[in-house]
Amino acid sequence: MRTTRLIARLDIKGASLIKGINLEGVRKIGDPQEYARAYYGDHIDEIIYMDIVASLYDRSMITDIVSHTADNVFVPITVGGGIRSVDDVSAMLRAGADKLAINSAAIARPELIRDVATQFGSQCMVVSIEAKSMGAGKWQAYTDCGREPTGRDVVEWARQAVDLGAGEILLTSIDQEGTRRGFDLALISAVSSAVTIPVIASGGMGATADLVKAVGAGADAIAMADILHYKRVSLAEIRAGAISAGIRVREV
Amino acid sequence: MLGRFKELGLLVSIIDYGVGNVLSIARAVSAAGGRAVLIKTAQEISGADRLLLPGVGAFGHCANNLRRHGLEQAIKDFAHSGRPFLGICVGMQLMLDESAEFGRHPGLGLIPGRVERIPNLGADGLIHKVPYVGWNQLLRPKSRHSWQGTVLEKLREGDWAYFTHSYAAMPIDESHILSESDYFGFRRTTAISRDNLYGCQFHPEKSGSVGLEIISRFLTM
Repeated sequence: MRTTRLIARLDIKGASLIKGINLEGVRKIGDPQEYARAYYGDHIDEIIYMDIVASLYDRSMITDIVSHTADNVFVPITVGGGIRSVDDVSAMLRAGADKLAINSAAIARPELIRDVATQFGSQCMVVSIEAKSMGAGKWQAYTDCGREPTGRDVVEWARQAVDLGAGEILLTSIDQEGTRRGFDLALISAVSSAVTIPVIASGGMGATADLVKAVGAGADAIAMADILHYKRVSLAEIRAGAISAGIRVREV
Repeated sequence: MLGRFKELGLLVSIIDYGVGNVLSIARAVSAAGGRAVLIKTAQEISGADRLLLPGVGAFGHCANNLRRHGLEQAIKDFAHSGRPFLGICVGMQLMLDESAEFGRHPGLGLIPGRVERIPNLGADGLIHKVPYVGWNQLLRPKSRHSWQGTVLEKLREGDWAYFTHSYAAMPIDESHILSESDYFGFRRTTAISRDNLYGCQFHPEKSGSVGLEIISRFLTM
């Protein structure tokens, strides 16, 4: 039986942890490092930092946040937002990231996926896909927090990313993100069944029951944001709920 | 300062040969109460108190890097000296004779056995995802009565560790199997040991407090 990973996703703007709806309309929540450390104390399986305005500003802030977090958080840390080159990847790995989530730069230059996988290993190359429903079982890949359409079909793009050496896919539903209405299950199912690598479902978790449905649809890991940030449900309750639904998670 | 830590036996030399996130391991060594130094030469390897060999990515790439840096013989000599050695992830796989990842590549031959791809067919008859990315439980093999005296000494059977891999070690001699884990209904080797040599397929530096306990035990070997 496979083990489902429970991941805390922290969207960052400057020095702040923020949360939006449909990847827009951001609201400040607090100090990301404090939240990351608290989740580590609660036995989170992984942390994702997503610098949502990285394309607009310089990245020294996120580099600092990652570096300080890595000093006392000993679970995998994924960093996304504004990573454009092998050099950016190298710098972020040195800062303490274990994996990089790349969207825009991979869309613009898919060979970047191969370059990163060849130089640093597939295990650190997470392709981040922002998916918007086009109706009838079709999704289009977007960049820049769901603002820029790419014209690429999500499932096709996911397959191509695997061929190029991606190690995981971070799949965010723009439609569901921040709505607390549950994950886009058809999207998870379509991508997960098309690829041989793990799929992290992101966007829409309102309750533990949503996690159970996402795993049923094929998700290998679940990214959670405001359900944790606003302490609507504790990680212990989520873990217990998953176990009682027959899902194997790390027990502590 | 280094001299004092040497006396306390808390110094770990991490081989920095261009693969693997050596700084993550160095941070975990600090958190476990030790002091990490990154080393790059055969001379530094022969002078080390305890040696840590990391490694991520493809086996062949890691093995070639070791050879290109001229470190292979120095590592073998260190391993035979009786001083504590720990391989992590591909660093553990390199301890075996050879790997089947992208062709046949020779390893260091410190522990007899091979590295083979994890079959994606589960005991349930279903196809599972490989690479295996995530947490799994460390189980004591039947051939071991306890983990006493090993790097896993402070663990309870069933403690969880973080993995990311597509290939797994297959030691020939079952006495070299230190831990196993369940992969889709089949037990596979996830830690190996032989005298002063230890290897973990999982990442102790990313396995929370369980991983820090392993590193902390290695510090007092």
